[in-house]
Amino acid sequence: MTDASLPASSDAPHRASLMQADARTQKRKAAEKRFRMYGIAGIATGIFFLIVLLVSIVSSGMGAFQQTFINVPVFLDPAKLDKNGNRDIEDIKKVSTFGYNPLIQDAVLQQIEQADIDTPLTKRKDMKALISASAAAQVRDTVIANPDLIGETVTFRILAASRVDGYLKDRVKREDVERDKNIDAAHLDIVDALVPLGVIQKTFNLAFITGADASESRAESAGIGVAMIGSLFMMLVVLVLALPIGVAASIYLEEFAPKNRWTDLIEVNIANLAAVPSIVFGILGLAVFIQFMHLPQSAPLVGGLVLTLMTLPTIIISTRASLKAVPPSIRDAALGVGASKMQSVFHHVLPLAAPGILTGTIIGLAQALGETAPLLLIGMVGFIASNAPDGIASGLLDPNSAMPAQIYEWAKRADPAYYERAWGGIIILLGFLISMNTLAVILRRRFERRW
Amino acid sequence: MSFVKLTTSALALTAMAATTAAARDQVQVAGSSTVLPYASIVAEAFGENFDFPTPVVESGGSSAGLKRFCQGVGTQHTDIANASRAIREKEIAACAENGVTDIIEVRIGYDGIVFASQLDGPAYDAFTQSDIFNALAPKVMVDGALVDNPHTQWSDFNADLPAADILAFIPGTKHGTREVFEEKVLLTGCEATGAMEAMIAGGMSEDDAEDACLSVRTDGKSVDIDGDYTETLASINANSNAIGVFGLAFYENNTDTLKVATMGGVVPTTETIAAAEYPVSRPLYFYIKKAHLGVIPGLKEFTEFFVADEIAGPDGPLAEYGLVSDPELATTQAIVSNEEIMGGGS
Repeated sequence: MTDASLPASSDAPHRASLMQADARTQKRKAAEKRFRMYGIAGIATGIFFLIVLLVSIVSSGMGAFQQTFINVPVFLDPAKLDKNGNRDIEDIKKVSTFGYNPLIQDAVLQQIEQADIDTPLTKRKDMKALISASAAAQVRDTVIANPDLIGETVTFRILAASRVDGYLKDRVKREDVERDKNIDAAHLDIVDALVPLGVIQKTFNLAFITGADASESRAESAGIGVAMIGSLFMMLVVLVLALPIGVAASIYLEEFAPKNRWTDLIEVNIANLAAVPSIVFGILGLAVFIQFMHLPQSAPLVGGLVLTLMTLPTIIISTRASLKAVPPSIRDAALGVGASKMQSVFHHVLPLAAPGILTGTIIGLAQALGETAPLLLIGMVGFIASNAPDGIASGLLDPNSAMPAQIYEWAKRADPAYYERAWGGIIILLGFLISMNTLAVILRRRFERRW
Repeated sequence: MSFVKLTTSALALTAMAATTAAARDQVQVAGSSTVLPYASIVAEAFGENFDFPTPVVESGGSSAGLKRFCQGVGTQHTDIANASRAIREKEIAACAENGVTDIIEVRIGYDGIVFASQLDGPAYDAFTQSDIFNALAPKVMVDGALVDNPHTQWSDFNADLPAADILAFIPGTKHGTREVFEEKVLLTGCEATGAMEAMIAGGMSEDDAEDACLSVRTDGKSVDIDGDYTETLASINANSNAIGVFGLAFYENNTDTLKVATMGGVVPTTETIAAAEYPVSRPLYFYIKKAHLGVIPGLKEFTEFFVADEIAGPDGPLAEYGLVSDPELATTQAIVSNEEIMGGGS
């Protein structure tokens, strides 16, 4: 700067009126306004993408909650189901699901004849494309549970094949059907004729929420229920192990441990562990829990142990933060009236830090609930169609999947009907995550104390 | 204090886990994602019709499945490996090193490998193996000389093909499908175009030339897909000119978005594959750890059920899904029921 320009600029404030912003103030105000606009634009973009995401999830996934059923009276032919005629359960069990298929196909064919539908499909085998492969198992299970039904005509509500379901959901289009060997246009004509008669109905599908996974030939019967139980058991293991270990570790580190190089090292490592990719814990779990400790593969117990390792750092860090937030005056007062160190921690500090610990735990659990990568390596991703467990032990040790793993598995499958189910699974998983996070927020709001 | 209670229950849980560790009462299967649908159909029917629990079937590719299979004998290891190719000598050796010596090889049927493109894209209806080789090999024959692949469009080397940019999504090396693709398509094309002869004439040994024939160009026109067919499908949907490699069953489930390419003028169907008219097909296998038979409940029953006529036969659910049933199924059934291990003996 030269001396000549100095007086000119120092004169400027004198000339400016307080009512009128000078150029520099205007510039500063404009800059502030711009900055606010950037912020609003950033938030708007975020909200826009959130809405796009939610709309696409809901629109793609709602279909999974509806399913097409066929109401059909099936004659349980004693000549086929109980050849010896003695109603011996062992003999009845010998008739496999393949023996039940013709009965169901006949029953559907009969419905079409009764409705007087003009169709080129007049053979029993032609009905196969309409009926889900799960129908035979459904009828067989009913017969085995109640052998007295043999010889009677029982009305079943069986699943329609996934192509029929897709047709009623506009996923399967008439113009595409001629290239599809699984169904013909003639089948769709039958469907069109049977829908007004109430034989074929699209209704709410509870089995999607409660059922087990199904193989690729029967997308229509797959459900996320058993995977949900698997997730539940894993979360139980995580809660039972990670919460006490995490809280104990943080109390020791925060309240009792001497400050030296060792505790520093441990602290740094805990912070580092929180940033380790989850797949690494999966490899660790495979090596330690399955190959060394010989725990069963695909078991929620192993999944829970792996997720515990993953969640521990999160819980320790949040617990330490909430312990730190309790003011030292509380500890001093407790010690001052003669409490031991342990009494001051367990009677005063821990209860005051509890809401923070709880929030941290719930967030850690929600994170573990949505985790897929470590489960890949311990055999929890795949075709796992186990039944609902009978008790805690079987729930922990029987093979099971988890919700995110089930979604991943469905997204990989060939039948487009699974695509819809994957999205439906995402809706359910998101429901769980949102409610867990809401619970965490509510707990924090209600119990949090500010000092 | 609830804290103490929680700790006690945690300890109890760990103790319980340690005591019940050894037992496993369901069959554990891992391997090829091509075999997965078939294996899961069988597993489901097995669970329905038998008193054993439904087997667990995992995917991940033939090589990954065989690797896990070969890790050892014991309940912590898988019982069955699914593979869309035959087991390699190297893998048998790796198995033997870990004590897995007696392996039963079971061929369940045949599967077609098809080339498919977007429904609205150009029609690839005049493919031969030579065309695929010309499009994807790093070195091809042009005017009688072996040169770096100059082709950018299919019409560059075959006027019958559309003038569309070359882009192919092929299975990654961990898939068994890749090996079949290399042997039945690239190698055949390499020999047919004379590239192999030229390589040998150029001083390569026969083995080296064969290896060179199996490589693909690395300039982005051939993309390896390490995931499943759904990933290939997504890539095809995003590129109207691209062709992808699929299993026949996958294609047949997605005819609403995919258009299949012919090979040598033959449309791939279960019939043309069974009649050996369609050239690109491969056998599908599963491998049983003999040491686990009789230890894991239901393993023998599951394997016998898998190859039974009502399942793997021409009218069974596997054929319905897209498997080309094996004309020699009776031999396979005998192998399974007699527990005949690979390489003779029993």
